[in-house]
Amino acid sequence: MSVRVRPITTIEGTLPFSFSEAGLAECRRLMARYPEGRSKSALLPILHIAQSENEGWLSVNAMDAVAQVMGLLHIEVYEVASFYSMYNLHPIGRHHLEVCRTTPCMVRGSDDIIEHIEKKLGIHVGETTKDGMFTLKGVECLGSCGTAPMLQCGAKYHENLTTEKVDALIDQLRNEPRNNYTDQ
Amino acid sequence: MGRKLLLEHDNKPGIQGLEGYRANGGYRSVEKALKTMSPEAVLEEVKKSGLRGRGGAGFPTGLKWSFLAKTFPRYLVVNADESEPGTFKDRYLMERIPHILIEGMITSSFAMGANVSYIYIRGEYFYIYRILERAIAEARAAGWLGRNIIGSGFDHDIHVQVGAGAYICGEETALLESLEGKRGNPRIKPPFPAVKGLYDCPTVVNNVETIAAVVPIVNDGGEEYAKIGIGKSTGTKLISAGGNIKKPGVYEIELGITCEEFLNSDEWCGGVKGRELKAVVPGGSSVPIIPAELYFKTANFEPRLMTYESLSDGGFVSGSMLGSGGFYAYNDAQCIVRSTWNHTRFYHHESCGQCSPCREGTGWMEKVLHRLEHGQGRMDDIDLLWDIQRRIEGNTICPLGDAAAWPVASAIRHFRDEFEYHATHPTKVKDPKHFEKEPFKRQPKFATI
Repeated sequence: MSVRVRPITTIEGTLPFSFSEAGLAECRRLMARYPEGRSKSALLPILHIAQSENEGWLSVNAMDAVAQVMGLLHIEVYEVASFYSMYNLHPIGRHHLEVCRTTPCMVRGSDDIIEHIEKKLGIHVGETTKDGMFTLKGVECLGSCGTAPMLQCGAKYHENLTTEKVDALIDQLRNEPRNNYTDQ
Repeated sequence: MGRKLLLEHDNKPGIQGLEGYRANGGYRSVEKALKTMSPEAVLEEVKKSGLRGRGGAGFPTGLKWSFLAKTFPRYLVVNADESEPGTFKDRYLMERIPHILIEGMITSSFAMGANVSYIYIRGEYFYIYRILERAIAEARAAGWLGRNIIGSGFDHDIHVQVGAGAYICGEETALLESLEGKRGNPRIKPPFPAVKGLYDCPTVVNNVETIAAVVPIVNDGGEEYAKIGIGKSTGTKLISAGGNIKKPGVYEIELGITCEEFLNSDEWCGGVKGRELKAVVPGGSSVPIIPAELYFKTANFEPRLMTYESLSDGGFVSGSMLGSGGFYAYNDAQCIVRSTWNHTRFYHHESCGQCSPCREGTGWMEKVLHRLEHGQGRMDDIDLLWDIQRRIEGNTICPLGDAAAWPVASAIRHFRDEFEYHATHPTKVKDPKHFEKEPFKRQPKFATI
């Protein structure tokens, strides 16, 4: 269900945002795909682009930039951004570990995986490590029930997890740049 | 070995690309339909095939198409927002054979008279969005999309829209709202999308598998397709199997095989892993859960079959539904109260918040189930849960309310003694894995032979 949009008053929240050249071109391409007068349809994919270009989350400035590019009211963007669970309205760590915890994953041991990550990183679900490296999130069904337990990091699915695999993944991610949903 | 229609060429090299797909008979249905058939003839074949919607509701596809209002433009929207827990068949199909979806969309759009169609895919499947975009670009370059396709005078183009994580957008009107760039709040029906859908134009919303099934129907004829299956459950169905089974994965079955064969045969699930079977959710989390004995046999002691009718035999008292084909099995280490709590948390999280019974009821049920599962429940919580689910069902705009109510109702109906155990043994159930060492012994309500 929806969450409330509040301006984040920390430094990250006040940083200005503007689209990159490539991002802007992609926005224009997306908006042109729809019938005349229906370019608002591109809002969801454009929010994804904005999120990827803003360290993985949507600040009020980023949403305002989307509204400006698309010619929408600010509220039209806020109400959509706050509805969908893939848009982060708060800053997140460099790597967003989204572990599926819905029933088909649960019966195959997702609770153990979440507990293991919590212990290893010293955080709870919904928190970010102090060094800003990892955010752990429990998410609902990601459509990977046959290869459960699983987690998503950026666009990538990591499936058939064991505690050893999780350890290896976390070590590997420490040396990697941010993974975004929109990665090629 | 059952016949396969969608996954027949699943393992052929290069099937993901246009060349490999073409080499295995791809795009034949487009050639046949656009060059030798009229749109009405294609629709007639689909009607004859008896194809039913593969997304969960099982509504006859040909009938759905024939409801389209007689105005233009019209749209075909493919629902690839597969988010029903337990379901991952569309993901498999789009990842392995993206062109079968595109081929089905061209043929289906020709039958409907739609010149633009959209695929709405869930945001989490971003990498499949890339696969589809590549496949569409390939098809466009080869002349299967665009203006005057293979000289037939029919124009068509496909766009892929990516969502952003909302189960509710799998409901067709919520999907259309989301496709228009709004919050995914389901619309009040009527008007149905066939009259007033995307951008207020006549629209058909179909599941990925449904549209892919149009390909073999047009290739071999509707009557040939209808020869597979039993009664009104014709053709093949993709089943995504998960949970405590030996061989999880996506399987294409001929509708009408027995449930026992599906679960225990090595060709499919390969049996339950390690322990005994406790319960089965045969069609995605929204369908009623049924205990093992009712999965194998109906209440009349007839073998249960993998068909729309047989799985719902006995109504909600002793049956379930085929749903989306998201099959998962529980072994006897699993706790029904825990899994029901988990389901309810899912529905609470995914409720759009429009209708009070669903918005408030799912949250309330989640809290009550949470306290039962964590050893703080009371005996009258069970009746309270029954009461809440009864007041949600049928009182909401979209079926998410019903989908949230059914798993709770069926769990209480079949496993009431386990709920009572949770209320009376608070210290035992505090251990999250309370049934692992000592499985719960329940008394089956329906005697088995």
